[in-house]
Amino acid sequence: MLRLENLVKTYKTGDQALKSLKLEVPEGQVVALIGPSGAGKSTLIRCINRLVEPTSGKVYLDDVELTGLSAAALRRERRRMGMIFQEYALVERLTVMENVLSGRLGYVGFWRSFLRRFPQTDVDEAFRLLDRVGLAHMADKRADELSGGQRQRVGICRALIQNPALLLVDEPTASLDPKTSRQIMRLICELCKERGLAAIINIHDVALAQMFVQRVIGLRFGAIEFDGSPEGLSPDVLTTIYGEEDWEATIEEADEEEVEAAE
Amino acid sequence: MSEFTVPIGEPWKKPPFIKRSWLRWTLLIGFIAYLIAAVLTIDVNWSRVYEGLERGKQFVLAFTNPDFTSRSGDIWDGMVESIIITVASSVVGIAISIPIALGAARNVAPLPVYLVCRAIIAVSRALQEIIVAILLVAIFGFGPLAGFLTLSFATIGFLSKLLAEDIESMDKVQAEAVKASGAKWSQWINYGVQPQVMPRLIGLSIYRVDINFRESAILGLVGAGGIGATLNTAFDRYEYDTAAAILLIIIVIVMLLEYLSGIIRARVQ
Repeated sequence: MLRLENLVKTYKTGDQALKSLKLEVPEGQVVALIGPSGAGKSTLIRCINRLVEPTSGKVYLDDVELTGLSAAALRRERRRMGMIFQEYALVERLTVMENVLSGRLGYVGFWRSFLRRFPQTDVDEAFRLLDRVGLAHMADKRADELSGGQRQRVGICRALIQNPALLLVDEPTASLDPKTSRQIMRLICELCKERGLAAIINIHDVALAQMFVQRVIGLRFGAIEFDGSPEGLSPDVLTTIYGEEDWEATIEEADEEEVEAAE
Repeated sequence: MSEFTVPIGEPWKKPPFIKRSWLRWTLLIGFIAYLIAAVLTIDVNWSRVYEGLERGKQFVLAFTNPDFTSRSGDIWDGMVESIIITVASSVVGIAISIPIALGAARNVAPLPVYLVCRAIIAVSRALQEIIVAILLVAIFGFGPLAGFLTLSFATIGFLSKLLAEDIESMDKVQAEAVKASGAKWSQWINYGVQPQVMPRLIGLSIYRVDINFRESAILGLVGAGGIGATLNTAFDRYEYDTAAAILLIIIVIVMLLEYLSGIIRARVQ
């Protein structure tokens, strides 16, 4: 459903963030993208919905090729790609409800959105989603009154109300404590399963990725170094992705957690 | 890396702002020499100052005995005119500033629009209010219309520039998130940008109302209407007590506006 062909991104400074990347994500698959800082994870995600313009290569969402689209057609396709951000990226001075409804902006006209007169179906769906993540009672609170975990839940609602086919998730847990991180990862993965969504999740926490996803891709210097199941992440593999380090502890931790979860 | 010897036991000092010591000392000594030379060139006519002190004293004493009553009609008319000029020029100026500010923010507008808007701002800021007022009085004649147009014009330069700078320094990710949902440009501005810059816009607007009121008192001196015209007349007639009354009213109104703007700005944070 998502196919990247020879995707290249070279920044003006000459840094090559992505080197001819090839990748295919089938429908409903949740993929974790790991790699050191600067490996091009964020760039990759942003090249898919063209928040960053790729230098060359092609991106197919189902049968639509995204890199050649006009501005209007790109906006239509962006509706099918929900995005979740590292620092939540809620508009802090808007209410929770406005933030969630901003996910519908691609579907409603300017005056409706300006006057905050969204269709009843959108409002109902917003409340349903907020209720699903346990925040329905917070709808009229301003976004900057919420805690980190709550904000990220609102961010998830905003992405889902777009009714996307694909989720682009950029470091969803980077600013959260370990417990909230797991809850958020679990929530994202559950929602993907419920709705049959494919997702690409950038994540620093290798153990967390192993706990929740079906497929892991390791990126280093803008190229794919590893592509396989989470069990395939051996110390050798992690060394090729990140460099020399003692990886045993990281992997063991993940194993123990799986046991815990099973119990 | 191995070359570096760790300086244990040596005192540490912050590296100087200008590294080359000869340049640092030249600049410092040059500045002090210039300062002394500049002060020495000021030519003060002390006997003139002595005479002037008497006039100054009368002026200050008038404040202890301001005359609100004998010209109350003129003061009232002038004050109403000033307030009308202030409100009208602020509303019109702010309304025009907002689109220009959007155009003058590099992260929101394309380059040609940016250059045009920046040029408008530069022109507005380069021409001082008094100069614009003299020109407009020459065109439109004496009266509040010239004052209104002057202050509207000045408001654009002030507000657009500062608002554009706020837009340029906004949090990019919040705006990016709105864009990622497939929003149109207008929706993106309304949801992603406007909430971020609203407190600054309100704060600057109130500040500008304050400035416009004070300026309207000055512009009367060059014939652009308002309380300044009344004040000018009072000075011309050596009615220092009336002038004092007018100045006191201006001070009170400016302080009230200051107080009000403080309250409103605290509210919108």
